[in-house]
Amino acid sequence: MNSEYPILVVGGGIAGITATVELAEAGHQVVLIEREPYLGGNVGKLNNYFPKMCPPECGLEINYQRIRSNPRISYYTGAELTSLSGSPGEFSAEISLSARLINNRCTACGNCAEVCPEVRDASGFLSSTLRAAYMPGGLSFPMKYTIDEAFCRKEECGLCLPVCEFDAIHLEARPGTVMLQVHRVILATGWSAYDASRLEGFSYEHPDVVTNLEFDQMLAAENRGLQKLTRISDGEPVKRIAFVQCAGSRDENHLPYCSAVCCSASVKQSLTLAESHPEIETEIFYIDLRLSGRNEMLLDKAVHTGSIRLTKGKVGKVTRDPKTNRLEVEVEDIRLNSKRKENVDLVVLATGLVPNRLSIPVPVDEHGFIQWDGREGIFPAATCKRPMDVSTSVKDATAAALKTIQSG
Amino acid sequence: MKENGEHTGFALCTGCSIGEALNGESLSGAARKLLPSLKCTNHPALCSEEGMEHLTEFVRKNRLSRLALAACSPRVHQDRFRFENVDLERINLREQVAWSMEPGHEDTRMCAEDQVRMGLAGLAGRTESNSYIPEIQSTEILVLGGGIAGMTAALEGADAGYAVHLVEMEQELGGHMRRIVSPDAFSGKRDRSPVQEMKDRVVQVQAHPGISIHTSSTIGSIAGEPGNFSVEIRNGNPERLSVGAIVLATGWTPYEARNLKHLGYGLKGVHTLEEFEDLLFQDDVPGSVLFVLCAGSRDREHLPYCSSYCCSAALKQVLHVRKRNPGSQVYVVYRDIRTPGFQEELYKQVQEDEGVFMTKGLVDVVENGNGRLRTGIKDTLLGEDVLIETDAVVLATGMVPRKTDALELQYRKGKGLPELAHGFSDSHFICFPYETRRTGICAAGTVRAPLDMVSCLEDATGAMMKAIQCVECVKRGESVHPRAGDTSYPELYMERCTDCKRCTEECPFGSYDQNEKGTPLPHPARCRRCGICLGSCPERVIGFSDFSINMVSSAIKAVEVPDEFEEKPRVLVFLCENDAYPALDAAGIARLKISPFVRVIPVRCLGSINKVWISDALSHGYDGILQIGCKPGDDYQCHFIHGSQLTEDRAENLKETLETMMLEPERIRTRFVEISEKERIAEIINEYVEEVEMLGPNPFKSL
Repeated sequence: MNSEYPILVVGGGIAGITATVELAEAGHQVVLIEREPYLGGNVGKLNNYFPKMCPPECGLEINYQRIRSNPRISYYTGAELTSLSGSPGEFSAEISLSARLINNRCTACGNCAEVCPEVRDASGFLSSTLRAAYMPGGLSFPMKYTIDEAFCRKEECGLCLPVCEFDAIHLEARPGTVMLQVHRVILATGWSAYDASRLEGFSYEHPDVVTNLEFDQMLAAENRGLQKLTRISDGEPVKRIAFVQCAGSRDENHLPYCSAVCCSASVKQSLTLAESHPEIETEIFYIDLRLSGRNEMLLDKAVHTGSIRLTKGKVGKVTRDPKTNRLEVEVEDIRLNSKRKENVDLVVLATGLVPNRLSIPVPVDEHGFIQWDGREGIFPAATCKRPMDVSTSVKDATAAALKTIQSG
Repeated sequence: MKENGEHTGFALCTGCSIGEALNGESLSGAARKLLPSLKCTNHPALCSEEGMEHLTEFVRKNRLSRLALAACSPRVHQDRFRFENVDLERINLREQVAWSMEPGHEDTRMCAEDQVRMGLAGLAGRTESNSYIPEIQSTEILVLGGGIAGMTAALEGADAGYAVHLVEMEQELGGHMRRIVSPDAFSGKRDRSPVQEMKDRVVQVQAHPGISIHTSSTIGSIAGEPGNFSVEIRNGNPERLSVGAIVLATGWTPYEARNLKHLGYGLKGVHTLEEFEDLLFQDDVPGSVLFVLCAGSRDREHLPYCSSYCCSAALKQVLHVRKRNPGSQVYVVYRDIRTPGFQEELYKQVQEDEGVFMTKGLVDVVENGNGRLRTGIKDTLLGEDVLIETDAVVLATGMVPRKTDALELQYRKGKGLPELAHGFSDSHFICFPYETRRTGICAAGTVRAPLDMVSCLEDATGAMMKAIQCVECVKRGESVHPRAGDTSYPELYMERCTDCKRCTEECPFGSYDQNEKGTPLPHPARCRRCGICLGSCPERVIGFSDFSINMVSSAIKAVEVPDEFEEKPRVLVFLCENDAYPALDAAGIARLKISPFVRVIPVRCLGSINKVWISDALSHGYDGILQIGCKPGDDYQCHFIHGSQLTEDRAENLKETLETMMLEPERIRTRFVEISEKERIAEIINEYVEEVEMLGPNPFKSL
């Protein structure tokens, strides 16, 4: 069914991108909006995918190419859905746009970032390489620079203004709003890592205790030549790493569900290390190792590397030895039926998936996952619905795409 | 060349440091030397509104039919630089020249001039573009398999207005889910019960006016191509259908339990999950039962993968046994309990049941003892081996995808879908899970990989979306993924074909059938436009309107190779446009230095490189040829499956050619990079140039 109005896809991570290109290639008009300045969402920040250990940019670039070459797609980044009214076939969507300090005249020449003096603390790991005026990488989409308002001193500084040859920088720019009439809506708003500071006794405040998502970004930074992997606290080399599985997941006090991806992610990360840092000892502490389907082959590989220890046991706490400032992991080793303590340089908390909240009212369960409530015309897709991996998200997004072109 | 350039334009953007690095006059001069009547212009920012106005006026005023745009990478501003009825060639002077070579240097200038000449020569070699649309076009869709996945696909497709034919070999629809106990245990309190959904689905499918049901039916044959598949259905009276696309949802079979003799299969009281489900369905509930999880799965000797569904299926049976027989004693021996997502609730229910004893461990032996079954378990967490006696033992055997030969494809390359390891028929299963190697045939559900029920529903809906999309793309004469929207297609100059069969053999998508003589019979709607056939053809018979032997040969020859005394080598670099080309762009954006002695030609896939280009380059005087593509192997990243592998194999043969030309084998090099490896691609190129410098000049140079 072709309507005169486009389909609105909310969220430019892998699910939203997929829904967009699949619909557009089937002949439908689509508008994609993304909250952040660039498409790619969480996967765009990952080092690699399990189980093929391949870079996410590979599939993303193909999808970006599909977006670039398809006249049926339009997109807004720095854009959030702030209100949705009306009914299927003629929804009115209000979309707020962040201030365009750098507008579409930007050619990605990079002069602004060259002179920008303000360091931007993007993830805590790339702080030395990213300025307030930045583009995350050479494969970013859209290929233009952004100024992070939170770190820009605007007219007080203004160093970027004279170096821009294209009149693309407007430090006085204000946020805006667009109103769109849309036919159907796909919500692909994705997930965030569970807030590790809520895990008592895991010393997340210590700089060498990181979440799995943060650790993937550290690996990504190293593999893309941005920053070497070291102890964050003092820059010393990393010799031992502990992975704490189910950090919050399968836990009545935090997330009672299994987050479905963290086991495969930790095994992936330890295999990545086994390749790039064979000198680093890794140990994974788990309740059950859940690598479903062909991800199992990754576990098989890890078991046979010999350098990765897999220990069934729940980590009770992570503490800092005040004398040495080193981290100590206390674990109930189930096989040995005893407690043991391990000194490590880095602790990776395999925190689970929590669905992102929307700024419009949607029916959610007690954890914030969007519940299908039978309301016509709005379809949740992928990790805002339940925890799932990339491949499942892609499938679910493709499925949601079909739902939007059915009548009724 | 078709003309002297009268209707061809050359527009140079001097923004983004291009103007500082290069001299616009010299570039236009070099271009005009090739095409004397070429119209030239330049602008400090072609992508700006003013620049676009300037460019549009330039095109209009000169009535251009061809335009070479020397500016940023073709990956940038693709949406802006579009002109109706104008063939556009993008020449990448920004990322791959101005940003990666020394500004103002003579060698940089020579590189830029050559890249301009190459772009213009390629542009001149383009032929009129047509698109291919099959004469007969069907938008109906065939769904093979009437289980939960097939029924779901059929309903979802019919609801979107596409006529669906649902073919099921059994008498009834429903597949594995027809006889099932306590199904609601799967869904927890969250999802709708998939089984209730399945029952509703049978009724809905039967009532849907858009679905024709063919039960007790199999496929006799499928021939043709997307948009025009001709299907023969067998069910007593053979029936012929024409469909546009196909969803394959033929499901799975349990792993053969007879291979699991060590787990007691064959003894009375030892059942598979499937068999036990049947017993429970008849309300034959034992007093005590032991479940062996991973019976055959996660085992290199049997199924090395995890079958995904068995933990939940077994736990569901545990709850059913406990409910039907509260006095029963149930044991579960597992390696890891895998209940991802909300299935965790099911596990929690079982854990809370005091009549269930669970232990991690490996089952050593199952044998008869005391008239019951005795199971020996080792590696338990209790620290000692355990013997347990029960009335019944259930082996949670895994899932094996059914063979896809049931499609009965009348393709030269076989009846079914090509497979990865362990019978999985998808190719890029992370990013593009519906991509099979037979265009227009989408695998759905457990025929492709082990899946649980909820995932099957989503999976089947997505597969139907891809089938619909394929039908719509065929209508517009466009390729499907990954070159979505491409309307060019391989055209064959049959007079010169020698029936050597290489194209029919090497096409990863089975686009070519052949007649009894071996003459290729192309099916362009099956084609994914990778150009591997173009690369395979020794007679240079195959070409696309915008990518052909002639175009690339002319580009290669457009380079002005200095004579050997100047000590300036020339290295031809073929870059796969999917990963290697963006990686080199990223290197430029990071301002990494690239040797100015390279001349880059992007190709659709490394497999599309024809060996005539290699000999053209060597006889034209290039000193080395470097081909960079995506990673081959089991975890291949090649977007066309085996294009980069083929290139490596062909390079071996080329070495012999080099020997006969008395040239060193090092003059051709094949390398693989990941798209994220910008430093590495720069290193590969620079190191190879150094190596070629050491080799010395190509002796053919001054001939």
